[in-house]
Amino acid sequence: MLNSALITEAVNTQRHFEKRRWFVLMSLLLLLLCSFVFDIATGPSLLGIQDVFNALLNMIGLPVDVARTTEVIVTNLRLPIALMAVVVGGSLGVGGAEMQTLLNNPMASPYTLGMAAAAGFGAALMLYAGSLGMSTEIAVPIGAFVCCMLSASLLFGLAMMRHITSGQLILSGIALLFLFQSLLSLVQFVSSPELSQQILFWLFGSLTKASWSNVAITAVVTLGCTAILMKDSWKLTALRLGEERAKSLGVNVTRLRLKTLILVAVMTATATSFVGIIGFIGIVAPNIARILVGEDQRYFLPLSFLVGAFLLSSASVLSKVIVPGALFPIGIVTAIIGVPFFFWLIIGKRR
Amino acid sequence: MLEVRNLSLAFDDLVLADDMNFTLEAGKTHVIIGPNGTGKSSLLKTLFGDIQPQSGEVLYQGMALTKATINPWRQCFGYMPQDINLDVGLSVLEVVLLGQLNALSLKLGDSLLEEALQALDQIGLLHLANRDVRTLSGGQCQMILFAQALMRKPEILMLDEPVSALDLHFQQVLLDHLDQQTKQKSWISLMILHDLNLAAQYADNLLVLKGGKVVAQGVPKDVLTSDLIEDVYGVKADIQLDSLGVPFVRTQRRGARAFMSMKDTLVTSEQSTKERAL
Repeated sequence: MLNSALITEAVNTQRHFEKRRWFVLMSLLLLLLCSFVFDIATGPSLLGIQDVFNALLNMIGLPVDVARTTEVIVTNLRLPIALMAVVVGGSLGVGGAEMQTLLNNPMASPYTLGMAAAAGFGAALMLYAGSLGMSTEIAVPIGAFVCCMLSASLLFGLAMMRHITSGQLILSGIALLFLFQSLLSLVQFVSSPELSQQILFWLFGSLTKASWSNVAITAVVTLGCTAILMKDSWKLTALRLGEERAKSLGVNVTRLRLKTLILVAVMTATATSFVGIIGFIGIVAPNIARILVGEDQRYFLPLSFLVGAFLLSSASVLSKVIVPGALFPIGIVTAIIGVPFFFWLIIGKRR
Repeated sequence: MLEVRNLSLAFDDLVLADDMNFTLEAGKTHVIIGPNGTGKSSLLKTLFGDIQPQSGEVLYQGMALTKATINPWRQCFGYMPQDINLDVGLSVLEVVLLGQLNALSLKLGDSLLEEALQALDQIGLLHLANRDVRTLSGGQCQMILFAQALMRKPEILMLDEPVSALDLHFQQVLLDHLDQQTKQKSWISLMILHDLNLAAQYADNLLVLKGGKVVAQGVPKDVLTSDLIEDVYGVKADIQLDSLGVPFVRTQRRGARAFMSMKDTLVTSEQSTKERAL
């Protein structure tokens, strides 16, 4: 064929693109590892990087000498928090990526459809009800999770209707957001000042409540949901061409929409119920990933995970070092440090 | 053979199809024409199974379109919607590849890539393969989406105004390619066109829609008459047959002012010709 040389060239260019995207993925992974190690090293007592490595190696069974206190600090105190930052950040990144894909809107996030507000209301209600006789650490996450899923299931019902467009889905979600915000305010209004303070602290979002069992649950849910989403990566890419065109390509849009919505809701509800509300990452991580690798979901999805994980992990480091000795709630830090960076990215792209 | 039997479709009191009947044969290009808002796009969506008709049935090779058969039904279809907006961070090659959605996996094989590139090559757009689709013009997007529809290897290909954004060159590329492939591969091609002259040139079977009815159907030279055009569009037009027997439609400008300005132009151009001759 006359153009076979050109075809080979185009194939090679495509392969080159793919290699470049792999390179971006690997770079982010490396960055994430760095911030992860720093996250373990920083805290009330600063550890050396070497000590952290030794403790980690020791933990996975290698015979390395480590001071007993360092080992305890790393494995019992710091590691669960550092891992939680990675897992929750990743979960918010992936949730945001798929919400933006599903709703065809770069401003969407896992919280857009009122999921965070519902979780907050659930947690507040549980605190108000005195945890129903259970311990607070168990009761509050359950309250947040249940309420978040209840609110999301209203949206599942809407998503199953064939004639509902993504625009109408966003509107219904925003209506729910306001409903749950009002209900949350109502609970705070009728609570005592002490209880109100407690609710407010939960809403800030913090990783300090992380324990090994929390981390394990969140990690399993997040990785499981992400893997299922990865299997649909081409269909999700097709969805970005518009719902009508996705249908014309053979995608069962109603089913894909419902499935994705459920997965994102489960991920978000789990993460939120353990760490509270951490905004911003769900919106920003996918946008950064989009700028870096485009919207082929085979790369976009894992990169959204990595960027989200990196952002939350480095926010965790910063929350500990901004004011030495004090620990800022991480939910406050993410947006404050993230916004300037995000502006730089958006403006940089224009050049 | 795609059969439409007693199809009725209405949104509230807007009747788009009223006991409609027609048959589309394989290996032919079928063109729908008709006024705006008369239900042409809705008819295509109904045949694709996206809109449910109030009554009537659609059959393809004996298979009826129902909720249960919708997935195998759509597998036979290539459908190119009217909307040509492509605002997504993908390369042209990736967009075309999506035409073969079911064959795509996490690792892309060379053969699929080459197939997509050949589809692009056939319509003369191989040089765009690695471009970001957001940098393309509307017409280029339309051609890319046509390549995507071809990638589906359809038995039935439905195109909703496929040349609306194309220049003269690409109008010809698209329609010639469609015509040739339809005959070679025995597709049923069905498209909506607004340009009556293109419709006359490319239709093997022309369907004229008005008020939920197929008011005329057949080869263009039998269907396109001055009376029909006035009846359907409310426009006066002269029809001439060219040497190949293809009708050529020329509309008349309406109103005294239009007539006057036309006369003025004629006079000025006559004058300038005279001036030049002098």
